Amino acid sequence: MEQLLIAFVVGGLICVVGQLLMDLTKMTPAHVMSTLVVAGVVLDGFGLYDPLIDFAGAGATVPITSFGHALYHGAWAEAETHGLIGIITGIFEVPSAGISAAIVFGFLGSLVFKPKG
Amino acid sequence: MQNGKKLGRQTWQFSKEIRILGSAVSVGPLEGQGPLAKEFDHIHQDTYAGQNSWEKAERKMMRDAVDSAILKSSLTKDQMDVMLAGDLLNQIITSNYTAHEMGIPFLGLFGACSTSMEGLALAATLVDSGFAQYVLTGCSSHNSTAERQFRYPTEYGGQKPPYAQWTVTGAGAAVVGEGTYGPKITHATIGKVIDLGIKDPFDMGTAMAPAAVDTIKTHFQDLERGPEDYDLIVTGDLGRVGYAILKDIFTDQGYNMTPVYNDCGIMIYSANQNVFSGGSGCGCSAVVTYSHIVNGLNSGKYSRVMIVATGALFSPVSFQQGESIPCIAHGVVLEGRR
Repeated sequence: MEQLLIAFVVGGLICVVGQLLMDLTKMTPAHVMSTLVVAGVVLDGFGLYDPLIDFAGAGATVPITSFGHALYHGAWAEAETHGLIGIITGIFEVPSAGISAAIVFGFLGSLVFKPKG
Repeated sequence: MQNGKKLGRQTWQFSKEIRILGSAVSVGPLEGQGPLAKEFDHIHQDTYAGQNSWEKAERKMMRDAVDSAILKSSLTKDQMDVMLAGDLLNQIITSNYTAHEMGIPFLGLFGACSTSMEGLALAATLVDSGFAQYVLTGCSSHNSTAERQFRYPTEYGGQKPPYAQWTVTGAGAAVVGEGTYGPKITHATIGKVIDLGIKDPFDMGTAMAPAAVDTIKTHFQDLERGPEDYDLIVTGDLGRVGYAILKDIFTDQGYNMTPVYNDCGIMIYSANQNVFSGGSGCGCSAVVTYSHIVNGLNSGKYSRVMIVATGALFSPVSFQQGESIPCIAHGVVLEGRR
């Protein structure tokens, strides 16, 4: 139960940051999303995102910042085995599940609903 | 000009008895729940209007409005010499496809949301000059087609600030010609493009208000008139934000607009409808003008009204590249029978 509450609060706070960026700045939704992804990369680069996941669980893995965390992990893992080229090939290695799922579920959704709008 | 008369640089005075012989509007469900609903000719209960895309729904609404306007003028479409129409979609496809269906000689217009009065002013000019006996003019907008063209894909669900506006789903059309019944078109004031550097595509009211002020003030000077000479002066779609700005600017310049001024974007929805700062779009001024205002002039509720349709002349590319939003406003004066 305690774990649920921590996940709720931490995940909510990440979303609050996004909402404040929307309300207080001239950033578009796309800018806010990109900023949160980059924030995830930077936090992971300083070794802070994995401890956050240990602490908050889904509260840290569900928000878009975890996509940045996955990008960094993929790039770093490939870099260790393949060097500089690995950074490029590894970026999408871990997040590929998310990206492919988005494409597949997007396609399935378009079969059921009206993609023309 | 042989028959007409130019006053100042921007105002045209029509010399013939040019009237709106018939007008009609067609709207979507939200507009159909608004305070003017009982004056609308067609109200569609869903935003698809029985079609399979929103673009086709917008076209259906323009067709509804055009057909009913011709019917109410007691004329036939074969008697229309020219059709002047425009909308907000790329290459004005709503108007192009509707004009194809109608088979009337066609001139497409783009003045963004000022298209309604651009069309009405040009219609009166063509009749006054004798190049046309009867002119059909109209315009349309649709919330969902405008959203995906100018803002974000509709399914994306991007958040909007409270000063944003709600594009009206609807179309309005009018038949203009010489006649003895209907609101008389006496003057038109053609606006200049004004750009004070607003770059936020959600903040249309602030961007467009200076253009409306420029056109209205020029109109007053050209005709030596003031707000007191009108029962009603409406702007097309400034919303609550632009409405307040316009009144403030006029107060600073010594005109009291409060007793006569309103905005179609405020009139078309009630306060409890969740439309942010108010309505916008080509359809906004067309729907209000060709229903409520025409009815009011015919019934004697109003005797002289100026409609100032305001348009934001930007494209999705121009604002994405960080350019500011140029704006325009065209005014047309209608007089009732009194």
